[in-house]
Amino acid sequence: MIEAVYSKGNIVAKTGNEVVAEALRQIEPDVMAAYPITPATEIVQIFSQFVADGVVKSEYVTVESEHSAISAAIAASAAGARAVTSTSSQGLCLMWEMLYIASGLRLPVIMAEVNRAVSAPININADHSDTMGARDAGWIQMYSENSQEAYDNIIQLTKIAEKARLPALAAMDGFITSHCMEVVETYPDADVKAFVGEYNPERYLLDVKRPYTLGSIDLQDYYFEHRYQLAQAMIDARSIILDVAKEFKEAFGREYGFYEKYMFDDAEIAMIIIGSSAGDVKVVVKELRKKGIKAGLLKIRVYRPFPTEQIARDLAHVKAIAVMDRSDSCSGAFPPIYSDVVASIYSAGVLSPKVLSYVYGIGGREFCDEQIVKVYETLGKVASGLEKPSNIIEYMNVRIK
Amino acid sequence: MVNLRELSKNPVRITSGHRLCAGCGAGIVARQALIAAGNTPVVVINATGCLEVSTTVFPYSAWKSPYFHSAFENAAATCSGVEAAYRSLKARGKVKKDIKFITFGGDGGTYDIGLQSLSGAMERGHKMLYVCYNNEAYMNTGIQRSGATPRGAHTTTAPAGKKRQGKLQNKKDLTQIMIAHNISYVAQSYVGDWNDFMTKVQKALVVDGPSFINILTPCRLGWGYNPEYTMEISRLAVETCMWPSYEVENGVYKINVEPKVKKPVTEFLKLQVRFKHLFEPDNACILEEIQKNVDEKWIFLQHRAKSVCKV
Repeated sequence: MIEAVYSKGNIVAKTGNEVVAEALRQIEPDVMAAYPITPATEIVQIFSQFVADGVVKSEYVTVESEHSAISAAIAASAAGARAVTSTSSQGLCLMWEMLYIASGLRLPVIMAEVNRAVSAPININADHSDTMGARDAGWIQMYSENSQEAYDNIIQLTKIAEKARLPALAAMDGFITSHCMEVVETYPDADVKAFVGEYNPERYLLDVKRPYTLGSIDLQDYYFEHRYQLAQAMIDARSIILDVAKEFKEAFGREYGFYEKYMFDDAEIAMIIIGSSAGDVKVVVKELRKKGIKAGLLKIRVYRPFPTEQIARDLAHVKAIAVMDRSDSCSGAFPPIYSDVVASIYSAGVLSPKVLSYVYGIGGREFCDEQIVKVYETLGKVASGLEKPSNIIEYMNVRIK
Repeated sequence: MVNLRELSKNPVRITSGHRLCAGCGAGIVARQALIAAGNTPVVVINATGCLEVSTTVFPYSAWKSPYFHSAFENAAATCSGVEAAYRSLKARGKVKKDIKFITFGGDGGTYDIGLQSLSGAMERGHKMLYVCYNNEAYMNTGIQRSGATPRGAHTTTAPAGKKRQGKLQNKKDLTQIMIAHNISYVAQSYVGDWNDFMTKVQKALVVDGPSFINILTPCRLGWGYNPEYTMEISRLAVETCMWPSYEVENGVYKINVEPKVKKPVTEFLKLQVRFKHLFEPDNACILEEIQKNVDEKWIFLQHRAKSVCKV
């Protein structure tokens, strides 16, 4: 349950989509370019009503595809505008080429992403396959457990992206967060506007007095340096994210970091998870604690840049960890979050935790308390040496013959 | 008609020293379009292609105007975004000047992979001039057939061989597709006539909405001729009516160059290596088909131009 923490805050009942549209109204980007797709459609639908009613001065480009949506947003950003788009699933897949171009050109495009499974077979429900497929595209990625976080994240991301000169997406789980009504604390327009400020880029196309060429062909003599700078920018974004989180806490009272630790500091067994399922895990952890079981949760908020060093430090004391991926890499190896966690701890010399890989909730498959309890039971056995840790992916609640 | 004396005072906003081939039409198109724009600030958007790779080799640039390229199939959507940003920033008082927007795309980026993006941008009514520098194949990747490649032409993906004689299909009529978008100004032009093209650019730039020019732009490498014949070959395309110069202004057709004597298509074809195989005795029927198709299209166009009714 969300409680008011800001003196001038306003407690409202809104769905994730409604509250993200509300944040976008307050941010009032210069250009919005988007194309309808379930379950993100509502965001741009609500936003276009704001445009139609003259509530925002933003230009809304009603493009004919997601490829054009991201292309127009990238171009608007290059032209000197604060540019936003929104999509899900297949829409993000269609944008793939342009995602790399947005980051390669160092343009701070903002995306309100609603997580949905990818085709085929076609499926409209939540999993993280869409944004995980874009994990190496050079975009800052931030995930939300609930509508409050979705609202707070997109406000912070606008500032982070522009400071880091990187595109950024704020994701929330399709239907679970996007369509469920929750209590959210929103902040006054003026305060949000003051927080995000004006976008004043150093160079932009519409600055016709200082013409410049953007999007050059860049060959073996320069390309590598530019890609290296992009990788460095992602590393540098870490401190920007923490700085903006600090400013956000000072402004609105809510505290954010790379991840949220829940009953974690003395935990012997822990889950690492992203998105809305963290709420269910918290309920289970609380119950397990009542029984004296030292269970904990680490909910990742910032997935890109991945907080490698910090996570390795924080996991060092945990005996057994279950990394919960709501996407599979179909690689013959391991899913994305598991791979990042294991690489992070191994490279930091943290070798004691046993780390298990779980894939859950694919295509909206039910993920409930009993399953979470079972994972903690397994972790308990592994931690105490009663069970050997499995080195294969455990697919949860799937019918396997 | 543009005035050469006046044009000579206008800034040249693409420099010499770019890396386009000798005799390439694309550089001429870009140079003349920007000269025709006069002193108005222009933001140039470019699809991936010869013009882009040859003028922007990092850290150099041949462009004295703001220039932006992002990908191949999205030049019109890209220009939409820049133009939307312009309207937004102008309304907010952050941009003061009047700025024009010109998009350059080759035929691959316009007829084929960029058609959806182009159609969307035209339908939405963004204020931009889209110039298709049409050299009738994917020249940048090495002369592959496109929707703009004419029937019978040899390309590397529709080559002349023992069984097939170049491209089997006729070219897509993109100009007609653009006319069907009911935008205020659509024209076909050709590189061999600066006055024809620059007059059209000036007309297109004053339109309050999108405009489109499809300019036939010979490629000496892909068409197979010596670089000094670029102008002559492109004029022959018009004189044979293979590529009529015409415009449709607010729905009214006008043929801009009416050949005094309509030359046979072979006058155009015989100068180019890409059509060489068509002159073998067995292929006479293909030449006849090409001539027949050109004649039919020319009659259609004349009929449209004579009609006083708007389309």
